[in-house]
Order: sequence, then C-alpha cells, then structure tokens
Amino acid sequence: MRHPLVVIGALVMLAGLAACTERPQVAGTRIQGTAAYMGTGGSPYTAAGWKAGDATSWEEQMRTRTQAGQNEYVRSAGK
Amino acid sequence: MARMKFICDAERCIECNGCVTACKAEHQVPWGVNRRRVVTLNDGVPGERSISVACMHCSDAPCMAVCPVDCFYRTAEGVVLHDKDTCIGCGYCSYACPFGAPQFPSSGVFGMRGKMDKCTFCAGGPEAHGSAAENDKYGRNRLAEGKLPACAEMCATKALLGGDGDVVADIFRNRVMTRNKGSEVWGWGTAYGKPSSGGAAPKATKS
Repeated sequence: MRHPLVVIGALVMLAGLAACTERPQVAGTRIQGTAAYMGTGGSPYTAAGWKAGDATSWEEQMRTRTQAGQNEYVRSAGK
Repeated sequence: MARMKFICDAERCIECNGCVTACKAEHQVPWGVNRRRVVTLNDGVPGERSISVACMHCSDAPCMAVCPVDCFYRTAEGVVLHDKDTCIGCGYCSYACPFGAPQFPSSGVFGMRGKMDKCTFCAGGPEAHGSAAENDKYGRNRLAEGKLPACAEMCATKALLGGDGDVVADIFRNRVMTRNKGSEVWGWGTAYGKPSSGGAAPKATKS
C-alpha cells in the first residue's frame, strides 16, 4: 500500500520540478516592430523616390540617399 | 535587408555639435537628455580629435542582454530600440552600454517618470510608424519616411555617416584610401583588419 503512494508522490514532485526550467537566454535576437519599408501610412514628409511596402525600393532609396548626401567624392566626380 | 550603422570620421569632425542640435530639434529632446554628443580627445592640444557618439545599435547589444524587463528589441533593419511602456527606468542598461547611450530624464513631458531615452536611429518605437504616440515618446520616424538619421544628414563636414553599414563602410574606406590617413585614430585595423600607414594615435584623455 505504501509503494503506490510513494510512486505517486514522486511523480507529483517530478511534475512540480518541470515548472522550474529556465527561459531560453539568447542575447540580441528579438526582432519586433513593423519594417521601416512599410512607410508611415501617408506622412506628408515622406521622401519621394520609393514606394511604401516595397522593401527593394526602400533599400535602394537608402543607398541612393547615403551616396548622394554623404559621399562627396561621388558628387564631385559627377560634375 | 540593410543593416543600419553609424561611423564617425575623426579626421573631419570639427566639434560643431551640429549633429547634437539636429537630433535635439528633430525629436524635441528635452534638456538633460543627450541622445547624441560630441566627445573631444586632447582638447586644446594640437592634433585634438573629436567624435560624435550615440547608440551604436550593436549587433549583440549589451543593453538588450541585461534589461530585466526585456524592453529592448531589434528591428528588421538592425536598429536597437526599446519600449518605453515596458521600461522601468532601472538604469541597468546605462551600466552595460560602453557608449553611454541610455539617458534618463528626471522630469518633463518627453520620456517622463525617468524612463530611459536613447538614439533611435530616427526609427521611432514600437507604435505605428509616424503615429502621434510614437512621435510623443520617441520622436520622428525618418527611416519610415525614406530618410536617414537627421544627425548624419545634417553633418556639415560629412564626418558622421549613417545608413546601411556596407554603404557607409565603403564611403569611409574610400576616404581613407584617398587621403591615406585617418584610419589609425579610431582602431580601423581592429575593426576592419586593414590598418593604413600614418601617424601614431593620440593619447586618449577625455575633455
């Protein structure tokens, strides 16, 4: 009679321990938020030259803007 | 997908604080909070160098690792942002950050109750892009408007570069190769493995 009780008790304790597992700890991988290429939904300040929702055109816009605005070697060579 | 990064060219930075002003104005950042600042080494000594510093949007961000309430997240563009509704203002991130990026206002409307505030790479926060709630808490969302960070776009000497990491690294590399100096100051060799010839790095004493 004691044995089944001991076994049941051990199983209950095991089940209780299962709740003590750690959360996975992975640094710096949580990605959240809407992607920037989705746009602002009609802000009047949106720059021209790309289409909201199109990731490729947004990336091209970023590249063009970086080169045109921050790389004067390219700008001076074009003149 | 683009991976957004800043890089500051110490050979070009003239400590005008235009980037700091642009950031303050664009996001209406209150007194006492400096999302971006200019640090000068060997101030007043010939050969002094300045560098504009803000959140560097680390690939493996220590702030994100230590936050007890897990308020940090990363966008698809590699920008490290945080949720002010979750932040408890404990300051742990400021101890972890090697750049002193997290800022803690003691009062005021923007970022009230001492919640952490930092550079967003002009990418706003978790609220809808361009919404009033996002603007109130985090400032303008220029990335979603197809623009680059105001600090980099306003830099008069183009010392501060901001954008897709591959593109800004190419621009900086081209400069260093063209002028044949300037890479030794801020650990170009450590970061990129291609040290150029040039003078010795100045002794680091903060002003």
